[in-house]
Amino acid sequence: MKHRGFTFEKLKIASFDFTCCEGCQLQLANRESTLIDFLELLDIKNFRELSSEQFDDYDIALIEGSISRQDEVERLQAIRRQAKTLVAFGSCACFGGVNSLKNKFSLKELVAEVYPGMKVETMPVKKISDVVKVDLSIPGCPVNKEEVERIMVNLATGSLVTLPKHPVCFECKAQLNTCLFELGEICLGPITRGGCNAVCTTGKTPCLGCRGPSEEINMPAFVELVKARELSLDDLQEKIAFYNAFEGFSNHEA
Amino acid sequence: MIYKVIAKSEFKRFTDALLRDNTSFGPRQVDTDSRGKAVYQFLPVTSSDDVAFNYTVTASSAKHFFLPFREELSRFVFQDQEWDQQINYEADPIVLIGLRACDISALNILDDVLLKGHFPSPYYLAKRKNTFVIGLDHLPLPDCFCKSMSHHTISTGFNLFCSDIGEDYYLSINSSKAFNFLKEFDTRDPLDDDNCRLVERRKIISDSFLSEVDVTALPSILDIEFDSPVWEKWGNKCLNCGTCAMVCPTCYCYSVEESFATNLKGATRQKKLYSCNLVDFAEVAGGHNFRPKNGDRLKYRYYHQHRGFAENANQQICVGCNRCGRACLAGINPKDVINDLRMEKESCLTNISSSPDRI
Ligand code: SF4
Ligand code: SF4
Ligand code: SF4
Ligand code: SF4
Ligand code: SF4
Repeated sequence: MKHRGFTFEKLKIASFDFTCCEGCQLQLANRESTLIDFLELLDIKNFRELSSEQFDDYDIALIEGSISRQDEVERLQAIRRQAKTLVAFGSCACFGGVNSLKNKFSLKELVAEVYPGMKVETMPVKKISDVVKVDLSIPGCPVNKEEVERIMVNLATGSLVTLPKHPVCFECKAQLNTCLFELGEICLGPITRGGCNAVCTTGKTPCLGCRGPSEEINMPAFVELVKARELSLDDLQEKIAFYNAFEGFSNHEA
Repeated sequence: MIYKVIAKSEFKRFTDALLRDNTSFGPRQVDTDSRGKAVYQFLPVTSSDDVAFNYTVTASSAKHFFLPFREELSRFVFQDQEWDQQINYEADPIVLIGLRACDISALNILDDVLLKGHFPSPYYLAKRKNTFVIGLDHLPLPDCFCKSMSHHTISTGFNLFCSDIGEDYYLSINSSKAFNFLKEFDTRDPLDDDNCRLVERRKIISDSFLSEVDVTALPSILDIEFDSPVWEKWGNKCLNCGTCAMVCPTCYCYSVEESFATNLKGATRQKKLYSCNLVDFAEVAGGHNFRPKNGDRLKYRYYHQHRGFAENANQQICVGCNRCGRACLAGINPKDVINDLRMEKESCLTNISSSPDRI
């Protein structure tokens, strides 16, 4: 690809799934209007959902899912050795995601419930950065394809890669939504990173924080607001724990 | 200005015709909140039945019809070594019905900032010129403080303003477009009795304000209280969410983003409304942030609203609609913040404390 004296190399990319629903990888094939242009940016080396060919000479590795077995740890470490840029792709990879709910129970209890009578090797869920160094995080459950596209374009053109720093509320207001707090619900919009265009709240569903904390969140003020409106602190705790994205903030008096 | 009186039933015929033939927006109820109060927004309307004439206030202002939350400024097309820039200022004509006096004042303030400065905005101008504004008076809500800001009455900035005088509307006609269109409908010149009813209506409105914010000498108080602990106190509550600026009819800050098309054959430059409360508002290349603290960012929003900046001849730009106060989940509102600042200043007069160091 060439223009105005610059030559852009296609991104040698591979995508790997770990413990997850593969919903984020599926997003890569979404947004048909620009799909062909998007795939033009990529030299796909390994991507189970798009092609059966597998090569190991990738630069960028998209890691989807969290880590919950020893063999996953080893596979991830091997990918880390090859990848120049390792991307935590989606909320499972960035924070542990929904899978982290598992960590509330003992492993024995879990196996007995889900795989009764079977011998299953499992361990508490970890996010990718608990196991290897992560170069770039793209949060979201699932990721927002538009954002992924923008980031890939930026990587291909050597531009700065950024995520929005503001919370979801800011985007929610641009949709003229009635605030869900006004409707008596707890919404994590004020502490969650924007960039999803407030899809959930626009559909009148409270934000559960899948994109993780926005920059410099004010957790004490947020908890205060839940209390001032006499909303349930248990509900708050449950929402904050949903994607395991607020570790380090979640113990805060809530 | 020309004044006419129109029966409400005839006004309904007038709006039906206007809204049927034009892309129009007016107040509509969107929700009922958990305290049983109706929530309104300016949304598309196609007949007078769609318009909530007896609405209170919209949660978000009408600003985004003139300054969209996101707007494409230009588009670039690359060809070999060359590139083309395409700019489109054009705006389709729209009708905006039901604006309050403070909403129209806010447009006049935006006109001052965006049209009378050194670099008038053609994007704003196109939209402003192509919008037919119909105002509607109302009784203030308990927390409206536009009277304190002298924005509860309005004499320019609209095409038509309707004062509710019972069975009729008293019309202030401020454009030939409105005058000509009204010719096809049954109106009459105001009689003495109509004028009396108008005066009475205005008095009732003026007497109905429950909230008052003392803004005398506020700009200088803001200067004196630059280092006041009041900012830290309120800043500690702030969620940095930008909601206040988004719903405000006069906040006009924006950011500009340029992005390649996915096929790398072109690019767009987009303008996005932004807010001085957002953490990266004062962040510059290299990552330095000039306003890293919540309280500093909050302070600058109040400075802009109540002290004004040079491009606006240092006038206050707050019209007193209290949309920011209503929408703020943290309970931060101009009335309480300004009263706090005043108390702070007065206590410093009685205690004769030494002034804090400036860093
Ligand atoms: S982040 Fe959500 S969509 Fe993506 S893999 Fe995990 S569960 Fe699926
Ligand atoms: S609904 Fe949620 S995201 Fe939207 S303004 Fe309210 S708290 Fe913020
Ligand atoms: S609104 Fe919240 S939960 Fe929904 S996509 Fe956005 S960040 Fe995720
Ligand atoms: S003052 Fe209120 S609405 Fe404005 S940014 Fe702070 S918390 Fe959000
Ligand atoms: S600062 Fe608040 S009260 Fe003043 S005009 Fe803006 S939204 Fe209305």
